[in-house]
Amino acid sequence: MPRLWRLEGTIDTDVLAPGYYMKSPLPELAKHCLEAVRSDFSHSVNQGDVILANANMGVGSSREQAAEVLKYLGIAAVIAPSFAGIFYRNAVNLGLPVFTIDEVLMDMPTLVDGAKVKFDFDTAELQILDDATSISLIPFPGFLKELILDGGLVPHLEKRFQTEGSSV
Amino acid sequence: MVTLAKKLLSKASGQSKLTAGDIIICDVDLAMIHDSGGPRRVKPILERLNRKVWDKNKIVVVTDHYVPADSDETRAIQALTKKWVKDQSIENFYDEQGICHVVLPERGHLTPGIFCVGGDSHSPTGGAFGAYMFGIGATEMAGVLATGSIWIQTPETILMSWKNQLPEYVTAKDMMLAMCSKIGMGGGRYQAIQYAGETIRSLPMQERMTLSNMAAELGAQVGLIAPDETTIAYVEAAGGQVPENWRDFQIETAEKPSNIINFDATNLSPQIAAPHSPANADDASEFRNIGFDVAYIGACTGAKYIDLVAAAKVLRGRHIANGITLKVAPASLRDQNRAKDDGIMQVLQDAGAEFLSNSCGICAGYGEDRLGENQVCISSTARNFKGRMGAQTSAVYLASPYTVAASAVTGTLTDPRLLLGE
Repeated sequence: MPRLWRLEGTIDTDVLAPGYYMKSPLPELAKHCLEAVRSDFSHSVNQGDVILANANMGVGSSREQAAEVLKYLGIAAVIAPSFAGIFYRNAVNLGLPVFTIDEVLMDMPTLVDGAKVKFDFDTAELQILDDATSISLIPFPGFLKELILDGGLVPHLEKRFQTEGSSV
Repeated sequence: MVTLAKKLLSKASGQSKLTAGDIIICDVDLAMIHDSGGPRRVKPILERLNRKVWDKNKIVVVTDHYVPADSDETRAIQALTKKWVKDQSIENFYDEQGICHVVLPERGHLTPGIFCVGGDSHSPTGGAFGAYMFGIGATEMAGVLATGSIWIQTPETILMSWKNQLPEYVTAKDMMLAMCSKIGMGGGRYQAIQYAGETIRSLPMQERMTLSNMAAELGAQVGLIAPDETTIAYVEAAGGQVPENWRDFQIETAEKPSNIINFDATNLSPQIAAPHSPANADDASEFRNIGFDVAYIGACTGAKYIDLVAAAKVLRGRHIANGITLKVAPASLRDQNRAKDDGIMQVLQDAGAEFLSNSCGICAGYGEDRLGENQVCISSTARNFKGRMGAQTSAVYLASPYTVAASAVTGTLTDPRLLLGE
């Protein structure tokens, strides 16, 4: 059953993808994801889990591995009151769903670390299974939703180049 | 109201009337990539798309992250980088010449009015030259290299308006840390920050670059400065092409008064940012009796020629305290050579400094030279996130080169004016 990872403090790209492991392949880098703040994360995260982080999520470097490791580890969505610009762009380009949440909702008592959740990308809805409540998130603008549904920028461009029918 | 950001984006998108929030497609005049986020990441994507780069003359490649290459993995990354540059016939390749954000302008690639992307988060440095430049990730960069264009959402401008002149021994880094402290790391809201006013116009280009660079630490997309005679003199000396209409970009305005934040340089003191955020800044004099292990003068924001000169002013005739280490990684080979010719490097060496490569070095924490367990560092770099420069238990204070050098002399965090006199 997917769970919620509620992260405290400000989550920067150095804790998501530590510089020292940037030379390593993704599976190795992923082992160190968030180790500075949540040492239990990388070995107990499961497919479909959802991250809830504080404002300015993903601040720091342009390294897209910060978003890529989360996708690799199976995260279904990253939710935060706001995102650092480059992290947001990288997530969309890699097909990792990122959603902003109204800051007021962050205080909801059910949004606790470890809560059982289910996330629906299409409706942008987060269900909290423990008390059968759900939260509606701000959906993607059409253009970006298409990019994510295509699986990110690369499959999106593949599709576009095929339609154009030419390659240089 | 036409802001500098909108003026630049109108040129790049071909759309004359832009409103904040408009999503536009811009033509890219220059794309800069480095050894970490560059060839090793974009090559497989371009192959998958079956595309070559859209215009080899508009691409600049710099090696600076895995320098020196100190393992088999990093040596393989550098070999791949060199091979890719050759295969793509890219002539603008600067191998181990220094940090990309410093090398790019010193080789004349940045001029007022152009639209650029960089595969590094400190790419807003280009804003110091009146260019619209911002950082993107590798997948997005591969998209740019394949198509020559990128989408962006037209930003609002947040104007950092500075009046009066900086006191002696107070620098752009101190201005920056004060701004981080005031508006926070997310305060820029991924909008366009522009630095304006008489304080800014008095700054030399390398100081302006520090402000634009750290627009990233304010959470902005870009950190613009309107071009003036200082900009043009720098660009011409670097061999860049100055557009005839550069005065069209001399705009200092925001959409609305609430987007203007006012600062007075007169009373600014040297700043220190405590671990683990640049926003944890306060007057250096507030940090008393705090010891450390390593003093580091490095990075694109803290080891340019002007920063080495500042450090030498403090260190001339003095020696670092017993038990600490001072490491200096000049930001570019050219700046290092200039500092050598001027005797600056000798002053630093006589004071007890150790020298590292002209690369990102400890700031990026990529190599073997990094902070150990529980080590404390005072650093002239841009970021002090937890674990960034080494072990998770290490801690970093940020400050100007003056303050780092003064602290290296006393062995505790020190306001440089205590040594140099006010």
